[in-house]
Amino acid sequence: MNDMEHRKTNDGKGRRLDGEEEEEEEDEDEGNGRGLDAWERAYADERSWESLQEDESGLLRPIDNKTIYHAQYRRRIRSLYSSTTTARIQKGLIRYLYIVVDLSRAASEMDFKPSRMAVVAKHIEAFIREFFDQNPLSQIGLVTIKDGLAQCLTDLGGSPDSHVKALMGKLECSGDSSLQNALDLVHGYLNQIPSYGHREVLILYSALSTCDPGDIMETIQECKKSKIRCSVIGLSAEIFICRHLCQETGGSYSVALDESHFKELLLEHAPPPPAIAEFAIANLIKMGFPQRAAEGVISICSCHKEAKVGGGYTCPRCKARVCDLPTECRICGLTLVSSPHLARSYHHLFPIPPFDEVSLSLLNNPHQRSSRACFGCQESLLIPGNKPTLCVACPKCKQHFCLDCDIYIHESLHNCPGCESFRHSKIVSVTEE
Amino acid sequence: MGRSAVMAPVPSKLYSDDVSLLVVLLDTNPFFWSTASLPFSKFLSHVLAFLNSILLINQLNQVVVIATGCNSCNFIFDSSSVPANPNLENGRMPALCSNLLQKLEEFVTGDEKLSKEVLAAGIGSSLLSGSLSMALCYIQRVFRTGPLHPQPRILCLQGSPDGPEQYVAVMNAIFSAQRSMVPIDSCVMGAQHSAFLQQASYITGGVYLKPQQLDGLFQYLSTVFATDLHSRRFLQLPKPAGVDFRASCFCHKNTIDMGYICSVCLSIFCKHHKKCSTCGSVFGQAQSDGNSATDRKRKTPET
Repeated sequence: MNDMEHRKTNDGKGRRLDGEEEEEEEDEDEGNGRGLDAWERAYADERSWESLQEDESGLLRPIDNKTIYHAQYRRRIRSLYSSTTTARIQKGLIRYLYIVVDLSRAASEMDFKPSRMAVVAKHIEAFIREFFDQNPLSQIGLVTIKDGLAQCLTDLGGSPDSHVKALMGKLECSGDSSLQNALDLVHGYLNQIPSYGHREVLILYSALSTCDPGDIMETIQECKKSKIRCSVIGLSAEIFICRHLCQETGGSYSVALDESHFKELLLEHAPPPPAIAEFAIANLIKMGFPQRAAEGVISICSCHKEAKVGGGYTCPRCKARVCDLPTECRICGLTLVSSPHLARSYHHLFPIPPFDEVSLSLLNNPHQRSSRACFGCQESLLIPGNKPTLCVACPKCKQHFCLDCDIYIHESLHNCPGCESFRHSKIVSVTEE
Repeated sequence: MGRSAVMAPVPSKLYSDDVSLLVVLLDTNPFFWSTASLPFSKFLSHVLAFLNSILLINQLNQVVVIATGCNSCNFIFDSSSVPANPNLENGRMPALCSNLLQKLEEFVTGDEKLSKEVLAAGIGSSLLSGSLSMALCYIQRVFRTGPLHPQPRILCLQGSPDGPEQYVAVMNAIFSAQRSMVPIDSCVMGAQHSAFLQQASYITGGVYLKPQQLDGLFQYLSTVFATDLHSRRFLQLPKPAGVDFRASCFCHKNTIDMGYICSVCLSIFCKHHKKCSTCGSVFGQAQSDGNSATDRKRKTPET
């Protein structure tokens, strides 16, 4: 038995190695000789028409993108959920994130249309808005790398518009890229933030090299000591130094294949990452909850230094007027938030478990009356012919939901309608624990 | 509107800006209605007349009614679904009345039965978070039908007081509604203002109203809540006098305007503590692999 297995693995390995070599040779051939673009390869090599199928009567069955998409989404949710609950890793909710944008020569490459720099800027804007939506108490700063130097574009702040405006005004690229200068700059700034905050850097790297004034390994060790979590999203190819940086500091490294993949990778950094417990010291932060002033009140606002009519907030400590929240009072320095800002982060602390797929044998059971329609949207779960389609069920309240509701509930709503609509189930779950 | 010139009606021409989908969340909590100044039957007659007027304003308008009970929530009426009795015309009186009332009665008796099995803990509030979640799932389904769909909005007819154990769920629903750009209007018929609904209407851009005279409910409903989203730009609708965004501390449930926040779990305290009661982190030191048991329970301002 062992010999057989050994032989099999050898064969497998041998074949695999051969296969890899063949693939490499093919790639080189294409790279040198034919120079096919990805869209051309879809016709020449991948033959997308062969994945169509016919059903019993000879009609074409449409490619069911929905189930593929749903299966991908479920895999992602399962991996996220299992890693957080089994390891009891808490999430870093107060984040200080620096986004480092590479504006070197490589950013003017046009493999992303119209240029890498333009694509990056567009998606950073969407990312910043999503980031503040999910992390209202966090702050972002922008740093650019140009001509081998790193410059701070905007300081750490909580207002999305100021960051976006500053970035859009400075989109020119030239020169080399220097990873060490960027890390040194960010390290200096992040050392000044309070100890309860989580320090993060997200580097959007287009270049394939880095020109550093000193030993970058030392810089990486310093970042590791200061507990800064560095992540990199590459736009060209995988680089060893980026991989090493991310491994040392506990961040994530990924390389984007195309624009939509880049967007996906970027937005993965918006929800709070699992926080490593020793990284941030737990602290009680003093915050104020200002009341909204009545509509007709006239006062001088402390952020714009001009008289404004109504609609602002009054700092509870020094009674200065501020325009919007969350912000830091300019007069007394108190952090001002409203309770919805804190509530925005509560769903990270109380996630709903992923729903289980309902096996088709259970669905065919005539006693199961509840599976006729999705509990959330009342869409029928039966396709014509009274055959049940794929649906999912909440492990706590056992209600059935369609696939689209499953995605909506886990990505946006963060409430299970079934668990919320039955008081009995709520009390059961509390007494069980 | 210029619809008369079209021979075979093309749907896109009929979909003008003011087609709306109104999802009404009806509070049926018997603990509230038994002590309310307006009897439930009179209330229903106001609401039915209002729903019918919505369906008359535009032939493509859609109305969905979800009942918010004390122990359960369920869909009661959908004007776009095929009626059980083909003799009665779709969506018009008296089909609207009889279908709706019949289903509502079934729901209320079912809800009451559930009440006998359950301990009297936290009774007095209805399951607003449940019906809001169901309404939002339904609205997402409408969004999926394609580029031509009615403009959805939610109207909460709420009388029961806010249940503090639903705080996190209600806020999740509010933020999701804000992202999908679905306004939540509120008509509060109880004795006190509802902080949840004030925040909901403020954050999502809806209208909050606490009518002073419940006998004239139909007038309030038809003048304030009947207008579609497009026309609201031209109208002066009631603005709230002030929205209370202050938080309540987890230890005493008092509303505070300055407090301390745990940096790990964002729980709110009014005084300096050595240890966070929600997540167990000790303040001022690097945390260990905290208190795992407390993570699981749904920690809300009440507990």
